[in-house]
Amino acid sequence: MTDETTLTDAELQAYVDGRLPALRAAEVEAWISAHPEHAERVADYRRLGDALRLLYEPIVSEPVPESMLARRPPRWSRAAKAAAWVGLGIAAGLIAGWQLHDRSVAAMVDAGAAMARRAALAHATYSPEVRHPVEVGADQEAHLVAWLSKRVGAPLRAPKLEDVGYHLVGGRLLPGESGPVAQFMYQCNAGTRVTLYVRTESTQNRESAFRYSKEGNVRVYYWVDRKLGYAMSTSDISKDDLLKVSNAVYQQLNP
Amino acid sequence: MNEGERLVELIPRLRRYARALAGDRASADDLVQDTLERAWSKLHLYRRGTDLRAWLFTVMHNVHVNKVRAARPTDPLDEGLSEIALRATQGDSLMLRDLDRAIALLPMEQRAVLLLVTLEDMSYEEVARTLQIPIGTVMSRLSRARDKLRAMMLGQTASAKLKVVK
Repeated sequence: MTDETTLTDAELQAYVDGRLPALRAAEVEAWISAHPEHAERVADYRRLGDALRLLYEPIVSEPVPESMLARRPPRWSRAAKAAAWVGLGIAAGLIAGWQLHDRSVAAMVDAGAAMARRAALAHATYSPEVRHPVEVGADQEAHLVAWLSKRVGAPLRAPKLEDVGYHLVGGRLLPGESGPVAQFMYQCNAGTRVTLYVRTESTQNRESAFRYSKEGNVRVYYWVDRKLGYAMSTSDISKDDLLKVSNAVYQQLNP
Repeated sequence: MNEGERLVELIPRLRRYARALAGDRASADDLVQDTLERAWSKLHLYRRGTDLRAWLFTVMHNVHVNKVRAARPTDPLDEGLSEIALRATQGDSLMLRDLDRAIALLPMEQRAVLLLVTLEDMSYEEVARTLQIPIGTVMSRLSRARDKLRAMMLGQTASAKLKVVK
């Protein structure tokens, strides 16, 4: 039996990070479920981790400034060996530069996948919130939609999902790769939440089919429709049920 | 792929770490630029087959420590800043715009451990190697960083503590 005298703080950290061996993780999990104050601590640590990743993830997709890609030649005083290295380095730089060019094309294709990842992180961060799941509640829906539309820079709508069993809880504004993005949160009567992530797309007049992605525990359907990119996330309902909700959203926004 | 190409590939991740470590965009870009200059000039010292990412992040860490020391010679690197309750008036909602302020209020050494574990998904051994500290120190800094962040962002105090084993 595990108790405070045998479970160390280091083990609790490793449990949070999923770095304990399976057997030990199961023991810790059992112990934690019997100790709510530690269960809450673990949940908070994980949410803070998700929030951190959400906050800083866009930087990875930012284009790297030219100045950072330029090789700095070593000083003249360096030995011949260093000079040879510069030659190699320039060649490496050329190759790397070419690959970066290639990658920027791939990056456009992968932009949707990056959006799905951010939507999933945003979902994981905010859907467990008990007291403040949204910044503006559904009771001020008109204000919410007007505010988000203004900040995101495109006319948005909060779809009505009562037909598929969900009602609007509200929404919030989040930082995105190229400006603010909106998150609408919906909840069913059983308390299960789904979130709709909406951002503006840099390339217009583009449409894409539904694509599916699983990011950790979060399932996401995402698509692009003209000026806007959408991602629908859940950590509770099945892929099929999520598709139903996503279809309902798509149909409402494209009557 | 050679070291130079792999180094270039790691730049976006260096930038992310730098932004979280240094706070604002301008200092972060300066930090990346200085790190890259140093890394390119020291690349012949990198031992092939060892962890290039850990090596590069070590270079950045050392550059950052030197910058911080030069800027504020008396600033203690650990336990120096007292955290304030950012969320005192606004309940316990997790607000991203407060999060980077809260991160900036963590002592630099704790911040580095938390960021490498969370953003880079480094193992504790990799963090220990990157920051050149014992693994026990990694664990205690990680724990303190998480507790402080939790206190600042969610208003929770670390009341129920487990035994800390060094």
